[in-house]
Amino acid sequence: MTTFAESKRMPGSEWLKDRPRLLEAVYQGSEAGLRLFYPVLRRVLPAGWTERVFVWSEEVSKGYLFNCQMCGQCILHSTGMTCPMNCPKNLRNGPCGGVRQNGNCEVIPDMPCVWVQAWQRDAQMERYGGEIQLLQRPVNRALQNSSAWLNLLEGVDAQGPPGWSAIELE
Amino acid sequence: MANSDRTTAATDWESRSGESRLRQVLEAGQFAVTAELEAPDSADPKDVFANAAKLGDVCDGINATDGSGANCHMSSVACCALMAQAGYEPVLQVSCRDRNRIAIQGDLLGATALGVRNVLCLTGDDVSAGDQPEARRVFDFDALQLLRTAEIMRDQGVLLSGRKLTTPPAYFLGAAANPFVPPRDLRHLRLAKKIEAGAQFIQTQYCFDVPVFEAFMRRARDMGLHGKVHLLVGVGPLRSERAAEFMRSRVPGVHIPDAIVERLAKTPRKSKREEGIRICVEIIEQVKQIEGVHGVHIMAYRQEETVPEIVERAGLLREKPKG
Ligand code: SF4
Repeated sequence: MTTFAESKRMPGSEWLKDRPRLLEAVYQGSEAGLRLFYPVLRRVLPAGWTERVFVWSEEVSKGYLFNCQMCGQCILHSTGMTCPMNCPKNLRNGPCGGVRQNGNCEVIPDMPCVWVQAWQRDAQMERYGGEIQLLQRPVNRALQNSSAWLNLLEGVDAQGPPGWSAIELE
Repeated sequence: MANSDRTTAATDWESRSGESRLRQVLEAGQFAVTAELEAPDSADPKDVFANAAKLGDVCDGINATDGSGANCHMSSVACCALMAQAGYEPVLQVSCRDRNRIAIQGDLLGATALGVRNVLCLTGDDVSAGDQPEARRVFDFDALQLLRTAEIMRDQGVLLSGRKLTTPPAYFLGAAANPFVPPRDLRHLRLAKKIEAGAQFIQTQYCFDVPVFEAFMRRARDMGLHGKVHLLVGVGPLRSERAAEFMRSRVPGVHIPDAIVERLAKTPRKSKREEGIRICVEIIEQVKQIEGVHGVHIMAYRQEETVPEIVERAGLLREKPKG
């Protein structure tokens, strides 16, 4: 049997993930907090340290909560606060056709399909609910292991491949 | 080889350009029939021609699978190119499992150059489903990103990088749908998203459960999706209850209700095959009545020779040009 880092579930995290409304509030709060403190952090920390601090805190907090795979372009709030990179096929736009009849993953038979969960949770969310229908652009693999927070604040994660972005703007 | 031979070859290729015939059939409002080619485990083009010949006379399009079930066979681009050359109407299946975005965009251009006019964008079965489970899974794109990229190449005339194409590819774009797996009551949303990403036609997974399919179509119609896409329902004959058991337990995404398995189990050994065909014909007759269904896609794995009989018995035979 293949084993996957993706199938890891931290104790307590499932309970939290099933409270997507709480999580979206936390998400909103942390985004506002980050925007506030980022300029300060950048001024007080030596060069390169902001990124290090961010990467480390994301690995710990989002790693525990969402089993974050550090893709560097977070779309959690558009996917029912369920990390899509836990899907072994890395799907960012919804479930594949291989979901088992019990709702589990085709690849990891004892793991619930990430997307079945994501869709259920998205339906409960107030602020970002429905965003799951947004078409997500291809993953920028060059951002792997960088800080999604930093990429958000710097606008790096908003830059798609030029051919793709041209249509998004239309 | 003399120079003139080369020139002839070049003109030959050009004569195969033109519109998707599958699209013409669908847009004319005719009930379309497509079928799946058995991709040979061989390097001989004759095997492709022989397999396509079983289907060509009764189909508006022939799908070449892209390593379906994560098993290696002759590539879909090659099967399609050979079929196009022989005058058939190929449907190129492109899966995200084995190639990254650079390879896929190149294949889309190459396949079009070779005469392919229909592309079906798929996620792909996982490597663990096949006989080389130790292979690397790529999944650089997902099916929707692939669809949108193919659409961008065609309509904007650029690659994903923004680089211009001197001649953009012209193809009829399709996607798959599987209404039979969880979360069933939300599967129409994925259909909607695929249409938004560029899908013009849909071929579904095997339909053995008509009520589930009907519920899916009702939800799709409520969203107005039936007017936006040509939907072909996947069907196929089951050889026996053992084949059915195998498919539903081992082939990802296939759902077969117990009633059908039992019906086959109760049939005497000698007439099981016939019963499988009968079930398939019955399902075609039922789904044909559903509003928003524009055709069927017959997947008769390893029994392609039954396809003409199925088409005929379902009353779908029509005078049509080869292909
Ligand atoms: S940053 Fe990427 S990998 Fe991490 S939680 Fe967000 S989407 Fe998942």
